Amino acid sequence: MMDQLLTLLWTMAKILMIILPVTIGVAYYTYFERKVLGYMHARRGPNRIGPLGLLQPFADVFKMLFKELIVPTNASKFLFLLAPLLSLGPALAAWAVVPFDDWLVLADIDAGLLMILALTSMGVYGILLGGWASNSKYALLGGLRAAAQTVSYEIAMGFALVGVIVLAGTLNLTAIVEAQSGNIFTWYWLPLLPLFVIYFVSGVAETNRAPFDVAEGESEIVAGFHVEYSGAGFAVFFLAEYANMILISALASLLFMGGWLSPFAGIPVLGDTILGEGGVHWFLLKTVVFCFLFLWFRATFPRYRYDQIMRLGWKVFIPITIVWIMVAGVFRVMGWFGG
Amino acid sequence: MLADYFSILLFLGMALGMGVVLLLAGGILGPRRPSSEKLSPYECGFEAFEDSRMKFDVRFYLVAILFIIFDLEIAFLFPWAVALDAVGVTGLVAMGVFLLILVIGFIYEWKKGALEWE
Repeated sequence: MMDQLLTLLWTMAKILMIILPVTIGVAYYTYFERKVLGYMHARRGPNRIGPLGLLQPFADVFKMLFKELIVPTNASKFLFLLAPLLSLGPALAAWAVVPFDDWLVLADIDAGLLMILALTSMGVYGILLGGWASNSKYALLGGLRAAAQTVSYEIAMGFALVGVIVLAGTLNLTAIVEAQSGNIFTWYWLPLLPLFVIYFVSGVAETNRAPFDVAEGESEIVAGFHVEYSGAGFAVFFLAEYANMILISALASLLFMGGWLSPFAGIPVLGDTILGEGGVHWFLLKTVVFCFLFLWFRATFPRYRYDQIMRLGWKVFIPITIVWIMVAGVFRVMGWFGG
Repeated sequence: MLADYFSILLFLGMALGMGVVLLLAGGILGPRRPSSEKLSPYECGFEAFEDSRMKFDVRFYLVAILFIIFDLEIAFLFPWAVALDAVGVTGLVAMGVFLLILVIGFIYEWKKGALEWE
């Protein structure tokens, strides 16, 4: 009995050690976003609160917590409050199976990738429910758009993941990274280059980020599904969205960029140094680079029209992925990659 | 094995718990000064014209239905991809035939205009 209790507490402590860094990561991702967008617009971004504005995210959090949590009279109250939770839960829980290093993973399950796909699919319920329960036209339209877009790109994303599994021959994320070991050219971005690009672009579309942010579309439907949310309700949706973006970045680096493996592995001079050895630092660095791409896209591309988004997802990405799954299958059977 | 899945369940519970704590904190810390204007649905300054439980485009249903079909294909591809070493060339050809049938259906819906959003 005592043993079980201790195990339970220890597991909870480990979970906290993942949730807290992810939450703080989200906080500083918003800061990073505003700074990056600022410099790309040739201005400074937040720089008033704390040195270099570094305390800005905390000021934002407390501001949101001290704002009124408005529940509109027409809204379905229970569902209205449930929706942000439904989008936050899966966005964080997916981190349970993400390996940070070859030994550093909370739940090293064989069906890791399947679990991730299952959990991230749940996120759409939060968005759809939030849009519907608000009982506001903009929220409903935004929710519908977001849901249709998310499920469309989930297909392309799922097919891209199948390509990775074909080469790796396993669903376990640690094993998928191990299967890529070698050097930078044995990572899966090279044999699966089209799938890699499609995976990441689908990830941007899946999280409803610019240039695919018609679900928010501030110039037409003001904020989409979360237009009626204020204060803490909005904060929870916000947290979920950014946690999802970091998750997509982390998965892109695990599945296609060799996770914690070093790009300089095999170069004798660097042998045992921090550059030659794989480790958490490589994983974090790669994830940050992908996170940066999200922001770069936002600062660079004008927003797509909704019909263009749907055409890209259904008529371009899905055919390419289907073809490339067969190509990957040939690679595997011939033993050219990861045999 | 089962302990691993339990920790995922626990993680999900704690993530939801964190959301509940945030919402409760917002409810407690924030002010509460409701007024009928503030609590009415947002519509760019107008009174809401009509209820928002309105008709919407049938294409959203269509996308949802197509999604179910293709998502099932993905669920079907996962075990095949894991077992590709075991099933070898035969398995690859079989899946090629299967995907071909899928593609025929895909071309049909494309030609029927199910993917158009003008």
